[in-house]
Order: sequence, then C-alpha cells, then structure tokens
Amino acid sequence: MEEKKLLEIKNLVIQYEVNKVIVEAVNGLDLEVGEGECVGLVGETGAGKTTTALSIMGLIPDPPGRIVSGSIKYQGEELIGAKEKRMRQIRGREISMIFQDPMTSLNPVLKVGDQIMEVILLHEKLSKADATRKAQEMLEMVGIPANRYEEYPHQFSGGMKQRVMIACALACNPHLLIADEPTTALDVTIQAQVLELIAGLKENFNTAMLLITHDLGVVAEVCDRVAVMYAGSIVERGTIRDVYKNTLHPYTEGLFGSLPNLDEDTDRLKPIAGMMPDPSDLPKGCAFSPRCPKATDRCREERPQAAEATPGHFVACFHAAGED
Amino acid sequence: MIKYILRRLVSMIVVLLVTIVVISTLMYFVPGDPALIMLGQSATKEAVAELHEKYHMDDPYLVKVGKYIGNLLHGDMGISFKSKTPVWDELMARFPVTLRITIGSTVIGLIIGVVTGIISAVKQYSVLDRILTAISLFGASAPSFWIAMMLVLLFSVQLGWLPATGSYSWKHWILPLFTLGLQCSAGIMRMTRSSMLEVIRQDYVRTARAKGQSEPKVIVNHALRNALIPILTTTGIKMCGYIGGSVLVETVFALPGIGKYILDSVSYQDYNVVQGGTVLICICCVIITFVVDMLYALVDPRIKGTYGSSRRVKKVKAKAAVEG
Amino acid sequence: MSIFRKKNAKKGPMAEVWRKLKKNKWAMVSLFIIIFLILVALFAPLLCPYDYALQDYEHVLEVPSWAHPFGTDNFGRDIFSRVIFGSRYTVLIGFGCITVSAVVGIALGLIAGYYKKLDGLIMRSIDIVIGMPAMTLLMCLIAVMGISLRNMCIALCITHIPSFARVTRAQVLTLKNQEFIEASVALGANKKRIMLKHILPNALAPNIIEYSLGAGGVVLWSASLSFIGMGVQSPTPEWGLLISEGRQYLRTAPHMAIIPGLTIILLTFVLNYLGDGLRDAMDPRLNK
Repeated sequence: MEEKKLLEIKNLVIQYEVNKVIVEAVNGLDLEVGEGECVGLVGETGAGKTTTALSIMGLIPDPPGRIVSGSIKYQGEELIGAKEKRMRQIRGREISMIFQDPMTSLNPVLKVGDQIMEVILLHEKLSKADATRKAQEMLEMVGIPANRYEEYPHQFSGGMKQRVMIACALACNPHLLIADEPTTALDVTIQAQVLELIAGLKENFNTAMLLITHDLGVVAEVCDRVAVMYAGSIVERGTIRDVYKNTLHPYTEGLFGSLPNLDEDTDRLKPIAGMMPDPSDLPKGCAFSPRCPKATDRCREERPQAAEATPGHFVACFHAAGED
Repeated sequence: MIKYILRRLVSMIVVLLVTIVVISTLMYFVPGDPALIMLGQSATKEAVAELHEKYHMDDPYLVKVGKYIGNLLHGDMGISFKSKTPVWDELMARFPVTLRITIGSTVIGLIIGVVTGIISAVKQYSVLDRILTAISLFGASAPSFWIAMMLVLLFSVQLGWLPATGSYSWKHWILPLFTLGLQCSAGIMRMTRSSMLEVIRQDYVRTARAKGQSEPKVIVNHALRNALIPILTTTGIKMCGYIGGSVLVETVFALPGIGKYILDSVSYQDYNVVQGGTVLICICCVIITFVVDMLYALVDPRIKGTYGSSRRVKKVKAKAAVEG
Repeated sequence: MSIFRKKNAKKGPMAEVWRKLKKNKWAMVSLFIIIFLILVALFAPLLCPYDYALQDYEHVLEVPSWAHPFGTDNFGRDIFSRVIFGSRYTVLIGFGCITVSAVVGIALGLIAGYYKKLDGLIMRSIDIVIGMPAMTLLMCLIAVMGISLRNMCIALCITHIPSFARVTRAQVLTLKNQEFIEASVALGANKKRIMLKHILPNALAPNIIEYSLGAGGVVLWSASLSFIGMGVQSPTPEWGLLISEGRQYLRTAPHMAIIPGLTIILLTFVLNYLGDGLRDAMDPRLNK
C-alpha cells in the first residue's frame, strides 16, 4: 500500500464536554486510507468510531464536542480548521457518509428522489431536470425502481432506505466513502445484500472506503486493511492478513476470542473480561490494562505508543513490539 | 388525500353542530324573559304575549334548538333585542374589524415568532437565546390589555406618533395589531424554539449537512419543515383566540369588533347577540382548525391516511393548548 | 449514571423532580416569590399601611413617594395598600380556581383513563370545551350565569379542567400497561386500590406543570375579565380592575395602570417560569 495517501489522520484528540465533565472520545488516533483502498475500523460501541468519522466530515456537534489537537489531511489538505465553505464543497462531493440508522437518517417530509437530487444539485452544475434524471439513475443503480422517486421515506423498508442513503452518498462520485455501521440497524437477511451493494459500487466507482463496524467477519470479506480501535485510539492496524493471522494486541486477540469459530470445536466463547472504561475517566496507562490478561505495572503507569512491528503493521502494546 | 379531507370535513361539521347545540342549551337556561328585555319592565301582558307569539319564545327546548340550526343555515340568527335588527347583519358589520385584527396580528406574530424561535434554538444556551426566551416568557405572562395601554402610553401619549383609539386610518391599526402581534409572537416563539430543538439534533439534519448543504438551508428546508406542525397548531389556536378574545384590545382601542359587541350585549342582556356572536366565533374556529388540518397534510406526508398520526396531531394540539 | 437513577427512582417520581428542580436556581427563586406572594395575600390586612378603601381628597393622583410607595389613585386611595389587599383576590382566585380545576380534572382523567365506557363521553365533552376559544367560552358562561365574582370563578374552573383531565388520562393509559400495574393485577389487587395506590401518585407528577402554568393562566384571565367588567366589580381592589381604573388617567397618572400591571406580570411570570422549570425537570431527554 504505497500509493498516495487519500486520507491521513494524525494524533487526533476529540473531547466532549457535558455538564463540566470532559469525555475523551478520541484520544491520539492515527489512521490512513489510501486511494481506492478499503479500510475497516473495528471496535466496540463507544470506542469513538462514529466521532472519528464525523470529525473527518467536520460535523462534530460543537458544543459539546471539540477537536483538541491533531490533523486530518485529505489529499494533503488540512481539514481541521478549514473554512466552512470549503468543507461544504468537500462534503458529499469528495467525502460522503452513510449513517448507521437509515430509519432516522432520511428526512421524513421530503420525497426520497428529491433527497438524492439535493446532493446532485449542490455539487454538479446540472439543470433540475437533468439532476432528477440522474437521481433516478442512482435509484436504479441501488436496485430501486425509478418510479418510486416520488415516494416518501415512510413508504420504504429499512433496507430500501439504506439503499437510498447509499444512492445519496455515491451520487456525486466521491473519492472517499465513510460507511458508519451501515448494516447494524438492518435485518440480518438484508445485511449481506446491502453490504454487497456497497462493495460492488465501490469497485465500480473506484471509491476508497472507511468501513466502520464491529463485525470482524465483514471486515475480512470487504476490506484491504483494518484498524482496531479501543477507548478512542487505534491499538492495532495493518493488512487483513497481518492482523488476522499475526494478531499482536491482546485486545484484538480478545475480539477474535469472543467470536464463535466453526472450525475449532470449542465449547465456550472467550469473552473479554470487564467493561469498556468510562471515557470521562480513562486509566492513566494503557486504556486496556484493566481488562488485559498480560497487564503489568508498566502498562498501568505508562501509555504505550503505536510502533511498527512488521512493515505496515502497527501495534500499541508493550508486550507485542518486542519491548518486554 | 380526498379521504383525509372528507374525514376532517365530517368531523368539523360534527364538532360544529355539537358546539351549537351546547351553546343553544346554555342560552335556553338564561333567566329572564327576552320580551321584557325588549319592551322594558313596564310592558303590558298583551304586548309580552304578542312578542312571545311572534318570535316563538315558548317553543319547547328541542324545537328551539332545531329551529335555530335550521335558520342558521340561511344566515338567520334571530334579531337583536336591543336594536331589533337581525343579529347576522349586525355581526357582519363588525366582522371585518375582528378579522383584520386576527389576521394582521397572526401574520406579525408568525413572522417575529418563527424568526426569533429559530435563532433561539440554533443558538441554544447563548446569551441571545436567554434574552429572547426571557422576553417571550414576559410577553406570554403580560395581560394583552396592559401591553396595549403601555403602547398607547409610549407611542400616543409620550411620543405622539400614533393615535390611541378609533379605526379611521391605517395608523389606527398599528398599535392594536402590534399589541396582539407581539403577544402572539411570544407563544409562537416558544413553540418554534422547543419544536426546533427537538428536530435540530435529528439524524436527517446531520445527513443534510453531510451532503454539503449550507447551514441556512439545512435549518429551513430540513429542520423547520419537520418542526412546522406544532408551530401551525399554535398559530391556529392563537387565531381562534384572537377571533374570540380580541375583546380586550378592542376595548382599549375602542374598535367596533365582534368581541366588544358581545361584551356590550351581555350588559344589555341581549342574548340573541351573545348566542349569535359565540356561534359565529365557533364557526370561524372550526374553519381555522380545518385549514390547519389541511396544512398538516401538506407539510407532513405521513399524516394523510394514517389515523395514528392524527393522534399525534392531537397530542401536539393538547400541548400547544396548554402553552398557548 | 444508571445506578444513580435507580437510587432516586425508589423515592418516587415527585422526589426525583424536586431533586432536579432544586438545581434550577431561577426556578427556585420563582417558587420563593410565589410563596411570598401567597403569604402577602394571606396576611394582607397586617401589611397594608392604609385602609385600602380610605379616600383622601387632599392627596389625589399622587406619584409614588415615601408616604405612598405606589402613589395614590383618583380618590386619593393608597395604591400600595390596594395592590396588597388586591392580591387576596388575584392570588387566591388564581390558586383557588386552579386547585378546583385540578381536582376535578384529575378525577375525570382517572375515570376516563381507567373505565373505557366513560372515556368517550368525558373526552368528547372536553374536546368541546377546548374547541371554543377560552375568552368566548368565559364570556358565554358568565353571560348565562350572571356577572359576579363567584360566577367568574366557576367559569374559570370549567375552562381549566380539560388540560388536567387530558394529561391525567394520557398518563393513566401509559401506566396501565406497565409491568408493575400488571403485577398488582396478577396479585389480585382490586381496581380502586390499584388506581389510588399505584396509578394516582405516578399520574400526578405531570399535572404539577399544568398546575403552575394554569395558575398563571387563571390570574391573567381573571384580570382580563375584571378589566372588561365581567369579573370582580368596583370598588374591590382586584389587580385587573385597578388597571381598568387607571385607564382613564393614563395621561395624567400612568402609575395607576403601570404598577398593578407589573404585579400581575410578576405573578404570572414566576408561575410560568416555574412551570417551564418543572417541565424541564420532568423531561427525560434532559436527564442530568
């Protein structure tokens, strides 16, 4: 993966302030997405995945959220502190996003077609009639008959709504698509369909993708590289092969341990003991140390930095990088 | 859509009929003999009997109510005891004044209220929000007749810019319209604010931003459209209130409207006028409610057809009635 | 946080609301002003520096001074004393009427919510009352009953019943299907007992908002009715009536109308503010 970096996030720190309590949602995060590449961002609920995604779009609600430090570079251009006008050009055109819950992500009082047309009109110099035609094409492309253009979101099922969202997101042929748990809110039977659709369209449009999920199986299927997130920072990242076959971080190991495996005949799953730490009160050292079977005093005192174990495979753990 | 209109229409007529029956019943139990009121206490028995005969005053309850509704269909509300002229004509002579006050002050209130409400919601917890909220609460707490007098004191007595009473030129209308307009805006502002706050954090608003839509359009096209139903409801209730309740302002500014006419008729015991005026106000209110119901369907496509959403509307109405 | 909430939930909904309300500084200030005004109304005769009806033609239409903090009216009566004594009418009408409305409204709401047979009848009657503009309904009722203080109060009570009945009914309908009610039905508790012991306390909480806002509403309406001559009659020093009396002297002695107006606003403002505060305190979305 030595292509030019499409997206480069360095040492990102984002905090929320709720009732004078500071919540560290993202805590020194590093992440890269190459041109046309698909990166999976994996982690538990509350690890800060959605916050990361929103910060790339410049959509962190402020207040209460605030980007404290770090840099987000898109094609070499710094996005933190970029002018709102520039960000509006980027959103939808360069980077677009599919949200977690299609039920609430579409405006209930507008026709679905018009919601697709909106993004086209914003970014492309097309007449209303042409934009309508393009919106209809997009509907067809995601598998919805164009004659349903005039209908409203409440007339659509959840899977259909997510298809509409995908059409919105891809309408202007963006370079980067952020998909924030695009299938979590859907029925299991539809999840695979929608995922296949996203992966297929991504290939056709040659769009890079940041796929946020907690499903390691999905990542293995769709992604080129994976980053594992825990309590606001990346604990391990590398190619699928590196991370899946040569797992280095105890948290990643734990994630795999809690998956049912059909090949091995184990009687019980091995869930990770304990709970995610309270993001308003993170431990002093490694955030995972309270739950980590390998934790030592050093882990509890000092925060490990990400180090390159093998080329392209980064891990933030004292025990993994041969520092023991 | 037609089904929705028909159902509203039927329910409107039923409500109107029941209300008229209730008013007629109330008036049936009014003590005192209308003939004596018309002729004076010194009237001869023969004259009284003659009048009873002429105006069918001795009809039993059901006949009376039935006849009243029948006559109402061709604009006959009986005659005024005091002036001996048809109540309908008297009311129609005064109706334009009330209508002008109602529509004028609602328009003023709607413009000021919606704009300030949006500002307040968008800048929630800011100094501006606190000031606007405090002013609107003050406006909702102050008696309209007192505000009217204070405006007279300032603009007529102190500054001498505007006339205090009467209805001769457009200048005479400024103070009454702004008195009620400002008070109306207080209620609408409060409703707009709370309703906007509810939708402004919805996912679809975030989606609109993610498309690269500009902030003013996000607020108006996406947020406000979804916040409109409670605002419409409040506006409808306010309008009904002004049709019936502008008596206070009419009194202060000596405007010959319906409310003032009913008030004067109460002291003359001119119950035909009281009944006719009340019925007319109720007819107006029912029409306003019907128009508002139609607007609901235009604003929110989900309302057509489903009965569940009309219950949603009822809930909003009840809430607005308490706040209004 | 969840543990925190559970601990408070045990004390019942009222205690939880109170805990949150205490954090709202201005709502507490409002509450104290309300209590203060009620005390003033109760002890009015002790607080008046002059007899509220005493006419003094030496001092007519005087502006506020040390001797007469709110000035005097066209008969030389001390407006301060009249406002203090008037609070008896305005404040007590406000709370008296809203209390009666609350009791009747909550009872109707409970019945409508619990006995399906009566639900339609009660709620349709309430729809009619709500369907008419309040002022029209008030004028109509008073016209039929005759103009007097008592009749004004009856009319005010009638117009304020619906909101209590609606809120209570909605609350009962939600509560009825909750597990702890179903559990007591399963345990064989009888209907009356369930309603009084389990549903009523839980249904009361949202009514406090209606009570506070409604009291402000009654104060405004009673002042308005008195202003147009359909309520309290002269020479009673009711606040709305004081403004009405001041109307003729707006050019020469504006304080006659300004001061009673400000006192009305003070009372309705704090009642509305408290109502808003209570609403926020009960809003689960604003859970702190």
